[in-house]
Amino acid sequence: MSQAHTVFGSLKDYTKGTIELVSGEARHYVFSNIFEVASKAQPYERIVVGKNLEYVQEVMRAEGVSPWFACAHDEFALCMDGEVTVDFIRMKHPPGAAKNGAVLAGDAPEGARMGHVKLKRGHQVLLGAGNAYRFTATVTGVLMQQTVLGDLSVQKWREICLS
Amino acid sequence: MPDTQVVSTQPSNRNGYRSFRLGKFELARDEYFVTVHWPAKGARRSHQMPADAFLRACMRDVAWNFFYGWVNFDHVIGTRNHYGRVDFYAGTFNGTLKEAGVDYLEQFDGDHIMATFKAILRDWVNEGFDPFAAPVETGTAFGPKQGDNIAAIERTRIATRRMPGLPGDSPLRNDMSVNRAFADVSQDEPEIHAEPGFEGELHAFSLFKYLSRSDVTWNPSVTAVCKASLACPTTEEFILPVFHGNDRVEWFIQLSDEIVWDVGDKNTGAPRARVTMRAGDVAAMPADIRHQGYSTKRSMLYVWENVTPGLPQRYESGELPPYPVEF
Repeated sequence: MSQAHTVFGSLKDYTKGTIELVSGEARHYVFSNIFEVASKAQPYERIVVGKNLEYVQEVMRAEGVSPWFACAHDEFALCMDGEVTVDFIRMKHPPGAAKNGAVLAGDAPEGARMGHVKLKRGHQVLLGAGNAYRFTATVTGVLMQQTVLGDLSVQKWREICLS
Repeated sequence: MPDTQVVSTQPSNRNGYRSFRLGKFELARDEYFVTVHWPAKGARRSHQMPADAFLRACMRDVAWNFFYGWVNFDHVIGTRNHYGRVDFYAGTFNGTLKEAGVDYLEQFDGDHIMATFKAILRDWVNEGFDPFAAPVETGTAFGPKQGDNIAAIERTRIATRRMPGLPGDSPLRNDMSVNRAFADVSQDEPEIHAEPGFEGELHAFSLFKYLSRSDVTWNPSVTAVCKASLACPTTEEFILPVFHGNDRVEWFIQLSDEIVWDVGDKNTGAPRARVTMRAGDVAAMPADIRHQGYSTKRSMLYVWENVTPGLPQRYESGELPPYPVEF
């Protein structure tokens, strides 16, 4: 009976996959690696690694303290590496319902403090609609965020994808 | 219930299995194989699959409610979902058989084909065989009819509306055991510290713990709903029992370990690529391909779907390109 050995990636240890083409082009698969993307990113730069029409998956290098963000709809963050605390504020003036994607919420969003959540690898947190949130990385890591393309989304496909 | 529409024979005196008719298709199984017959070019054509492969594919088609687009059981037979109506075909999406004109396709009411597939599973899945399980975790599908495994084939999952574990939403898996292949996965949960008055309003859970406790393979569960964007992670071991043909763009994010994907042309099956995905890799499955995955070590895969209404028509008409990003 062999012992289980599950391989997760990290900023320090990842091995990117490959594409063996028969026909077509590698770029059609929009292939990237979130740890590679985060390793070259600025802290909390929201780099799009997946795009399905208006919906996106953004990758962030979690390092230090992020700005306060807010969103009119639910978002979900998955901690893929490191340790991150998320602080929440119930905003007095949340983004308008028609606004898609995350926005900056200012240095001190007005509203009541809701509490905080401590994440490690594999933990997923709900970033509820209308709440401001701020990440603090106690151990530098990587966050992947399911959201909608917005003002803060950064697309640089040529730099991150196999082609 | 449309069970009365299911057309089947009495059990075979030789092996104990019933045979089924779906329109002009005839489906039969014996100790080792499932055989499908259909009419084409004035003759009765046939195709065989190993019984275990057929049952694993049929199980996914039922569990996924015919899924998004094409569910190819193998290189010859499969279904195409028109969301209410469903095609069953033989050779239609095999370049050689299609060109030879020996293919056949018939469209059915979704309830009718679903009832027929469920009846097939109830009759053809023997005691001890679980079509959702990895091969090393289940008994054999082969041999003459011996009992059944209704509990395995009629697993039900509560649909997730927003995120598992929220009040009134789908449950977490704390009462399920950790799979042997994920025995080393941390079972720690996030710490939630709510201020007075906000108890129950912050929510987080360990997705990796949740996945480590999945008792099925190649069967996504929704874990996050952002409008029409669904996170559908799943655990994978051995072979995806179907060659899934996309009617929209689908994305994969490899959370752990490795999966190799064979990618082929959606209409002909002609090979296009082999895509090896390792932990942290992200890749799109374009809207004009079919794909089948191989995972030696049980792995965690984040499948990401867009369920915006009308997408199949927009891709098929050419309004949307098959590739999600131009660069």
